[in-house]
Amino acid sequence: MEEATTPHEPSDPHAGAAHEPHGHHGPPTGFIRKYIFSIDHKVIGIQYLLLAIFAAFIGMFMSVLMRLNLTWPGHKWTILETIFPLGAPGGVMTPEFYLSLVTMHGTIMVFFVLTTAPQGGFGNYFLPIQVGAEDMAFPVLNMLSFWVTFIGLVVLISAIFVEGSTIIGNTDFVNNFLGGGGTGTLGPIGGWTGYPPLSALGKIAGPGQGAGATLWITSIAIFCIASLLGALNFITTLLNMRTRGMSLMRMPLTCWSWFTTAILALLAFPVLLAAGVLLLLDRHAGTSFFIPGGLVFSDEVLAHKGGSPILWQHLFWFFGHPEVYIAILPGMGVTSHILSTFARKPVFGYRAMVFAMFAIGLLGFFVWGHHMFISGMDPRTSIAFSVLTLSIGVPSAIKTFNWLGTLWGAKIRFTVPMMFAIGFVSLFVAGGITGLVLGQTSLDLFIHDGYFVLAHFHLVMGVAAIFGMFAGVYFWFPKMFGRMMSERLGQLHFWPTFIGVYGIFVPMHIMGIVGMPRRYASFQEYDFLRPLDPLVMLVTLAAILTAAAQFIFLFNFIWSIFKGERASGNPWEATTLEWVTPTTPPPHDNFGGHLPTVYRGPYEFAVPDAPEDYILQTTPDAGEENVAAEAGHTTVQGVQGSSGNGHNGQH
Amino acid sequence: MGRALGVLIWLLTIGSVWLFVNGRWWLPPYISEHGPAYDRQFLITIIVVGLSFAAAQIGLGWAVWRYGARGDRRERAVYSHGNNRLEIVWTAITALIFITLGLMGQRVWAQLHLSEAPAGATRVHVVAQQFQWNFHYPGADKNFGRTSPALVKDSELNFVGLDEQDANAKDDQVVTTLAVPVGRPVELTLESKDVTHDLFVPELRYKQDVVPGMAIKMHFTLTKEGRFELACAELCGQLHYKMKSYLIALPANVYDELVALPQAQFQGRITQLIKEYPIGIKQGVATTASR
Amino acid sequence: MVTTVSTKPSGSVSTGTKNVHIGGTGRRPTGGNGSRGGPQPPNGGSNGGHRAFHDSTPQQYRIGMWLVLCAVLMMFAALSSAYVFRSTRTQQSWQAFSVPAMLWVSTALILASSATFEVARRALRRGESKVYRRWLVASLGLGFGFIVAQLLAWRGLVGQGIYLATNPHSSFFYLLTGLHALHLFGGIIGLSYLMLRARRGTAAGANDGAGKQRARVDAIGLYWHFMDGLWVYIFALLFLWR
Repeated sequence: MEEATTPHEPSDPHAGAAHEPHGHHGPPTGFIRKYIFSIDHKVIGIQYLLLAIFAAFIGMFMSVLMRLNLTWPGHKWTILETIFPLGAPGGVMTPEFYLSLVTMHGTIMVFFVLTTAPQGGFGNYFLPIQVGAEDMAFPVLNMLSFWVTFIGLVVLISAIFVEGSTIIGNTDFVNNFLGGGGTGTLGPIGGWTGYPPLSALGKIAGPGQGAGATLWITSIAIFCIASLLGALNFITTLLNMRTRGMSLMRMPLTCWSWFTTAILALLAFPVLLAAGVLLLLDRHAGTSFFIPGGLVFSDEVLAHKGGSPILWQHLFWFFGHPEVYIAILPGMGVTSHILSTFARKPVFGYRAMVFAMFAIGLLGFFVWGHHMFISGMDPRTSIAFSVLTLSIGVPSAIKTFNWLGTLWGAKIRFTVPMMFAIGFVSLFVAGGITGLVLGQTSLDLFIHDGYFVLAHFHLVMGVAAIFGMFAGVYFWFPKMFGRMMSERLGQLHFWPTFIGVYGIFVPMHIMGIVGMPRRYASFQEYDFLRPLDPLVMLVTLAAILTAAAQFIFLFNFIWSIFKGERASGNPWEATTLEWVTPTTPPPHDNFGGHLPTVYRGPYEFAVPDAPEDYILQTTPDAGEENVAAEAGHTTVQGVQGSSGNGHNGQH
Repeated sequence: MGRALGVLIWLLTIGSVWLFVNGRWWLPPYISEHGPAYDRQFLITIIVVGLSFAAAQIGLGWAVWRYGARGDRRERAVYSHGNNRLEIVWTAITALIFITLGLMGQRVWAQLHLSEAPAGATRVHVVAQQFQWNFHYPGADKNFGRTSPALVKDSELNFVGLDEQDANAKDDQVVTTLAVPVGRPVELTLESKDVTHDLFVPELRYKQDVVPGMAIKMHFTLTKEGRFELACAELCGQLHYKMKSYLIALPANVYDELVALPQAQFQGRITQLIKEYPIGIKQGVATTASR
Repeated sequence: MVTTVSTKPSGSVSTGTKNVHIGGTGRRPTGGNGSRGGPQPPNGGSNGGHRAFHDSTPQQYRIGMWLVLCAVLMMFAALSSAYVFRSTRTQQSWQAFSVPAMLWVSTALILASSATFEVARRALRRGESKVYRRWLVASLGLGFGFIVAQLLAWRGLVGQGIYLATNPHSSFFYLLTGLHALHLFGGIIGLSYLMLRARRGTAAGANDGAGKQRARVDAIGLYWHFMDGLWVYIFALLFLWR
């Protein structure tokens, strides 16, 4: 019996093949080719996942530091003073240190966590398998997309050292080419949105805005390119490499979500790249794309003229809004998939789900102005954006109804992935519904740029999307590593996390209603914020609890890779193609040389009269068995009878 | 397991709703003419939000409670791929509610933004900088003296670059506190010397970005007297959290006296007024009839 | 009653033997397609009768290139809208300069290079590999000529004192033409790659299905023509829209 071990060496995949079908030259040998510079989409997927987990813990650590500063202002944290003597003299962090935490936390989380793991991680690993392909369309590009992402992260983290260290920050190179560093911050202080002129003027605008900002922009530009490389692969693979019988309408919703996300990425990231280039030119080449004339610093008028800060906002948010859908759509796909699997019931309204994803993706390109209602742009434009924004709530509502519909009449198995998928629905509703408030121009007059919007986007991105990631990890871990994660530790992770995130972010709505502004290093200056002190404390305590709970996950993840109970090929009794690979983890070419044939849709659960409460996508109907054999396919031994196999049709 | 999760979802829902309805925290009292309309729209929206939130969470919690697989694993779920009619119905209802809210939500915005300030409005120029608010009053002649970035000298306290040679500038006053009359339309012109800021007085219900290179106008009418904290609401640098000032809403006659004062006495009077008006709406004053 | 969205129940109720159950017992699954259960198909091949993996590769090149073009298009669209936005807002110092004469030369060169490439491409389709190679070299040469002409044009402008930061129009000029040249250089790398493959071995390019070869040429040709069209667009934007 073949052992389920690491992903290599299937039985000879080319037995009898008269030609070399794909130029993969068989599985790689050697540690470097297997695990470092691998072109195997499965290895690349795991690399993305590990990068995201690493980045997430750094981002999380930063957010805890932020909470400590806000809740106990003036408190002397000796550990801070030890590690960051310049940024936290006497153990109290400077406001610029705080703002650099805000900036780096946002950048790391949005780019290196939410735009990597759901798409680059799970998408890379499972898209080819779920459509029945041997690998992505362009395996070398795939490898490049990961390593370019990695370089982007390295450049971003270098900002921490360039600004945080006076030694590095004051070298000639940093001063002459990057704009000067060593200010004691951990990077730029302009927020992840980096609005000019604050981000365009270099260090005269503030500490961290020299080399820190330059490195930050460079990192993002590098990330744009990596994303584009990835998007290429996803779309081409999905359009061109689906196996026989895998029509578009038989694809799992995960594949639809990765597809839509890739299209969004393809069209949105180039715009961010353009914006980044313009910003770098303003900073280092003396241009004035975003910098208007007449600016005064230290009684000197700057030489720039005629640029527009609002232009940056248009470009950034034209990217930025699709970006948040890039962050959430894979989570939606995973949730639909997992809900159906553990409810033992088909997805409610598969077609509507596909339609809703496309509607969200498409409409997502027309609403960017809702980030800019009060920016000074023409107020009539704001009205147009507002009405469009409210309409984008409709497809999201459709999806929510359908998730509930999937659960109605189900036979739910409360595994850990299922818990997180259910949690996703709850949190997505909590976060998304406040879009009704934020999307109205009139209400934005007060609510803009405060803790209300902070609550909104953290709930949808920082929690719901993360729950989607967790659900994906727990769900696919057995297939990726051939072992089960500990169910008990998973539950121990879920409950405090779910409670904790509610405790962190629901009170923030209240803070926003009272008027608390964003990106404030301290709340001590204003009387009107004093009544919120108890909530500030509540949020921080919840944050500490939640952060601590993530270590349970980390431990479970690492420990289970080595010591987890061995997994079978289909421990969850699921239906899609990843669960029928010949080995677990799958062999190098996924299916051991015999690509599967698909006979039915992806969510055939609870089919009446079927022998089991699920039917694999690869199970033919009785009549089809002969056709398959003639075509040279092997089929399942014995045939499942079935009535009502949902998706017979072609796409 | 499912039961516990269902209960937890309900408890979190109850807790969340309680945070909103317990009455301890809410919008600050409004002081502007458009305040009531704002608050009404806000409340309607929050009610819709709250009901939708609660309904969805209760539904989720109930489904989780009710539909756990218990006992015989051979029992199957309902085999259903969906229900077209139901989809259409709930989509239509949702769309109706969202679009209605969306249209309603343009009213106050249109009132404030799609019209110009009436002629004769009280005008003040606002000049924001890192990390201070400057308010430039035109004085009794109601004409603003010329300003220019080249003339800015923070070191000599000429924060807005006022041209002392300009005749109109003789009675201009520049201080770091915003004083405006109650019951009269007020027009602020917002400019920035360096980066983007945002003028925020919570009770006013009117945030506006202050963008360098632009002179953005905003107009409103106040209905209550008092002194109110003024903050910056767009990240502008390390002291963004400390860019504090006050809005003093004065009865019209007090205001008129103030702006008629010679330059030298203006700041002193402002300081006096700050003492006279504690933070908040001035109690015991008949509110000016609005509209 | 259960109602379905998409299809009706198929109606065939066959009671075959029980499906092989895949449970959580740690056994390697034998269900699904392929692998160990059942007779091996005669050619043991990886594709078993449906569209073979290797056949899909040529189409992938074309699809992939269209996607690349979408992305490049979006970037230049963003820069174009920045240009338009800026040009309508600036009160001062737009000061567009007139077309440097050298740019007419470069435009002619790039148009010619597209034409020669098309000749090459069609020659390859007809199997005339020597003709293909000759016209490919011509395209490559004309492409290089374009870059040289651009460099000369920039030199000329610098000589007149027009730099990147001189005024908004000049900023956009250098930015747009510079980025275009950078992307065109990528196209030159593509053409060179085709040259190398054409040299190596026989007419059709050894080790390759003819389909793959043609797809490569199609894809790179697509990119090249796009760069040509993009240049014409940039030219028009910079000098017809003021």
